[in-house]
Amino acid sequence: MKENKFVIKQISVFSENKPGRLAAIARALQEEKINIMAFSIAEADGFGVVRALVDKPKKAHEKLGKLGFNVAFTDVIAVQMKDEPGGLYETARILGEGQINIEYAYAYSGKEAAVLILRVDNVEAAIAAIQRGGGTLIESSLFQ
Amino acid sequence: MFWDEKTETLPKRDLEELQLKRLKKTVAQVQNVEFYRRLLGEAHVRPEDIRTLADIEKIPFTRKQDLRDGYPFGFFAVPIHEVVRIHTTSGTTGKPTVVGYTRNDLQTWADLIARNMTMVGLTDRDIFQNMVNYGMFTGGLGFHYGAEKIGMTVIPSATGNTRRQIEMIQDFGVTAIHCTPSYAMHLAEVAEETGACLDSLTTGLFGAEPWSDAMRAELEKKLGVTAFDSYGLSELFGPGVAFECPERDGLHIWHDCYLVEIIDPLTGETLGDGERGELVVTPLVKEAMPLLRYRTGDITMRFEDECLCGRAKKIARITGRSDDMLVIRGINVFPSQIEHVLLRIPEVGNHFMVYVDRVNHLDEMTIDVEINRDYFSGELQDLARIQKKVVKELRDTLELRTTVKLVEPGSLPRFEGKAKRVIDRRGEM
Repeated sequence: MKENKFVIKQISVFSENKPGRLAAIARALQEEKINIMAFSIAEADGFGVVRALVDKPKKAHEKLGKLGFNVAFTDVIAVQMKDEPGGLYETARILGEGQINIEYAYAYSGKEAAVLILRVDNVEAAIAAIQRGGGTLIESSLFQ
Repeated sequence: MFWDEKTETLPKRDLEELQLKRLKKTVAQVQNVEFYRRLLGEAHVRPEDIRTLADIEKIPFTRKQDLRDGYPFGFFAVPIHEVVRIHTTSGTTGKPTVVGYTRNDLQTWADLIARNMTMVGLTDRDIFQNMVNYGMFTGGLGFHYGAEKIGMTVIPSATGNTRRQIEMIQDFGVTAIHCTPSYAMHLAEVAEETGACLDSLTTGLFGAEPWSDAMRAELEKKLGVTAFDSYGLSELFGPGVAFECPERDGLHIWHDCYLVEIIDPLTGETLGDGERGELVVTPLVKEAMPLLRYRTGDITMRFEDECLCGRAKKIARITGRSDDMLVIRGINVFPSQIEHVLLRIPEVGNHFMVYVDRVNHLDEMTIDVEINRDYFSGELQDLARIQKKVVKELRDTLELRTTVKLVEPGSLPRFEGKAKRVIDRRGEM
């Protein structure tokens, strides 16, 4: 499966919404010298999920699990965007036309370009659609 | 005012004679119930051993757990075709406690309600709005038939839709209401907010949960009623077991129908007048479901003095429980029921904490439960789905809306000795 190189393992950590939980997660990653490339917090009723792209996902999973955190891997993709007006539109348009649904997304603006991290309903189809549509996917090796 | 003056004011000697006669009959009746044949057999008590009222102490207690073990009809002393109605109340775990009534039982029960309502001055001239649940809960139909028996104009408004309740009070000129004290407070506040005038009201009957004299003063001021405390439990028919008279200093329990003992809940030892303990009741007139020495779990005491109104000795208003039962918006909840529900849901753990708060005068129950490690997909929506599932399962079992908080695995306290899973932050009402 050639396209798998574009599938990135995001770590998703269940966390209660209370002071100190993010600090505990971040500290654990620091202790293992794990770098966080991108991250977001999704909040529901009293709890949330901390989502992060890290350079050593397996190690992060192991460490956080050992500390009692509930951790899962989630497959996401990363798309490079032009860091200028219309950059997001271009990517979103490709996915929309491909009938790919975005479950959630978060972005960061890096030195060379802006990057959109996407959790979609169909990863393979999304990768194909972006490639067809002329978008630029970032290989997982670049993060991990 | 009296509904049945002769019975309500029986001289002590006559009352005791009646009680003994009825006790003997009850002990004979329970021979139809396998549980009691075994219980009395093991205690070596034969019906003929009950010669005086004091002999009741030879009989072992009946507990709520026993009723659960008899689910559904194990405690019925008559064939099921003679049972004309069934109600249920919360059990200690999964299954509810079932109570049954013969035609006579329903008459007796309505009669007791009529006694209570007449005692507080209500007559066939009153218009009565019954703002409690009309389903399996005994409070709705219990008061309904008692009020009809008096000839009152009854509005079976049941629960919910406070604005509509207020509208009916106004439009129908309601004079008397029955509900939980916390709902009455909520009603008063909504009326206040909307500028609704409730000046037709004169009488408030409040029960199904404990309430203080401070709350009474507040309710009387806000609603313009005289407020009376109502006590009962489904196992003893339902509401109507005991009630305040116009003196409003303690509850009149109907001694011709309920034989009262106060015990030390730890040792089971019988306590004297003026000593606080658990109320143990032997109903004397029940046909479908007679009980012996039923432990109510309610903490009270028997007054030493007689009441000015001429009825027999009162018990104090209920001040607490001898077990861990909670009363949430008038509904009884046992922590063991919550545990039972959680055991059925693999997505969450079996440890939990319960927090009870009062928000705008209404009880709110929050349950913290751990997510099961194996069921975490990493997706927020899956967590939300699990949370909804727990809320629904709890509502189905407890008949109560709760707030459920998912917490991290291993984060809730583990108890080695007696678990302290309930934090009641309501304080004094």
